[in-house]
Amino acid sequence: MIYLDNAATTKTAPQVVEAMLPYFTELYGNPSSVYKIAGESKKGVTKAREQIAQVLGAKTEDIYFTAGGSEADNWALKATFEALKGKGNHIITTKIEHHAILHTCEYLEQKRGAKITYLDVDADGLIDLEELERAITPETILISVMFANNEIGTIEPIKEIGAIAKKHGVLFHTDAVQAFGQVPINVDECNIDMLSSSGHKINGPKGIGFLYIRKGVKIRSFVHGGAQERKRRAGTENVPGIVGYGAAAQLANETMAERTAREIELRDYLIGRIKAEIPTCKLNGHPVKRLPNNVNFSFEFIEGESLLILLDMAGICASSGSACTSGSLDPSHVLLAIGLPHEIAHGSLRLTLSAETTKEDIDFTVDKIKEIVTRLRSMSPLYEDYAAGKSKSIIETKYC
Amino acid sequence: MYSDKVMDHFTNPRNVGEIENASGVGTVGNAKCGDIMRIYLDIDENQVIRDCKFKTFGCGAAVATSSMATELVIGKTIQEAMEVTNKAVMEALDGLPPVKVHCSLLAEEAIHAALWDYAEKNGIRIEGLEKPKTDISETDEEEEY
Repeated sequence: MIYLDNAATTKTAPQVVEAMLPYFTELYGNPSSVYKIAGESKKGVTKAREQIAQVLGAKTEDIYFTAGGSEADNWALKATFEALKGKGNHIITTKIEHHAILHTCEYLEQKRGAKITYLDVDADGLIDLEELERAITPETILISVMFANNEIGTIEPIKEIGAIAKKHGVLFHTDAVQAFGQVPINVDECNIDMLSSSGHKINGPKGIGFLYIRKGVKIRSFVHGGAQERKRRAGTENVPGIVGYGAAAQLANETMAERTAREIELRDYLIGRIKAEIPTCKLNGHPVKRLPNNVNFSFEFIEGESLLILLDMAGICASSGSACTSGSLDPSHVLLAIGLPHEIAHGSLRLTLSAETTKEDIDFTVDKIKEIVTRLRSMSPLYEDYAAGKSKSIIETKYC
Repeated sequence: MYSDKVMDHFTNPRNVGEIENASGVGTVGNAKCGDIMRIYLDIDENQVIRDCKFKTFGCGAAVATSSMATELVIGKTIQEAMEVTNKAVMEALDGLPPVKVHCSLLAEEAIHAALWDYAEKNGIRIEGLEKPKTDISETDEEEEY
């Protein structure tokens, strides 16, 4: 099996599993209890908090563990809105956010009286900083822009966004689920007030995430109950998950430079081969300002789900932004936001590499994609019309 | 998520291709929704469907329903072909996931579109056949919060 869906989730690293194991059967005490094994659990949690804070250049006590990235996003938005609604009701975000942000914004808009500005992005997926600054009003309480996009891999100008937020005295939250451990992040340099992340994207366990909340940021508790997480997020800590996340964060940070340099080389090799060998295709996302492991292509005249099933039969795991994989009839909102026509968005394929991906994997994958795209095109009425000269290629007309 | 029959018809689709000088050709669906089907019919002088071919842009279910629809109409009279409904296609495939039911509607519609083309070319009327919609779309369900 060739696993190229590391933006969906990753293999839990063996070192991470090893770090977690004692906390299931030996050091299983509740960190809030007084006896010795409980103290060990508490130490495990504290160490993980330190490991994570170090990656961000953050204060240890500003890391609040959650059940994952979606919870952290929900918390950041809903609890900031609750806490600051006396000051204003306006939130600025983008059209390409993860659904954990977008659907939370829609909820706040429809049920809680929030006003939301959804910033456009350009053809590469980047927001316009001037448009962001123009969108700020005296009512604006929060800017939430993702660090890097999960589908097309584009990395947003976070430092510049942080500077604008600071200049206007507006809180800045970033969903860094895809970026944490993949690109260097410093919360002070970027003026980040809140940051969401998730363990399973960086070879950590599933069901654990955190929200970084800068000291002094007014935000309500999200889960009420016990005094865990400085009374801001109640519930007995997921100790093994937290320990695993800490180990994964440290590992990702230590290996980042070497790992991502290698991934970038393989990524660009993959992009180069597909562009050179498959006609009427288009790379989605920014060519350079993109996650080290992300490749996203649209292949005209074919549909993504068909491509995924046939890749799966060849032993390759990938994903697509086609409607059929989203459970609705619309293709990915991200691909539509970068201006792709529906038919081009339906034919998208995302491949996300890991430290384990080899050049042989890439070569095998490209060969299979070529074969499958040719086969699906031979069955496509759209390709039939294009080949007969009855219609033009959108990619050739619009993007070449 | 798919039945074995759907997977079989997707990975080994029957009757893929075109028919030169076809008796009737119908194209339905739209690229916006991610499905387009084109059906070619070869109909003899006794109004029996001698051959049927298809081309489809779409997901696994779209390809499988097209393939099954062609199998179901070959050898049938045009009147019998009218009975190849989306339900019949779905049953023959051992069912489809709920989100893919529209693919079977598209297959029925594609057969009807090709029959309509044949009827128009030959100036005949086929019992129960109405002018097909070329554009089938659905609205997303309202989301709850």
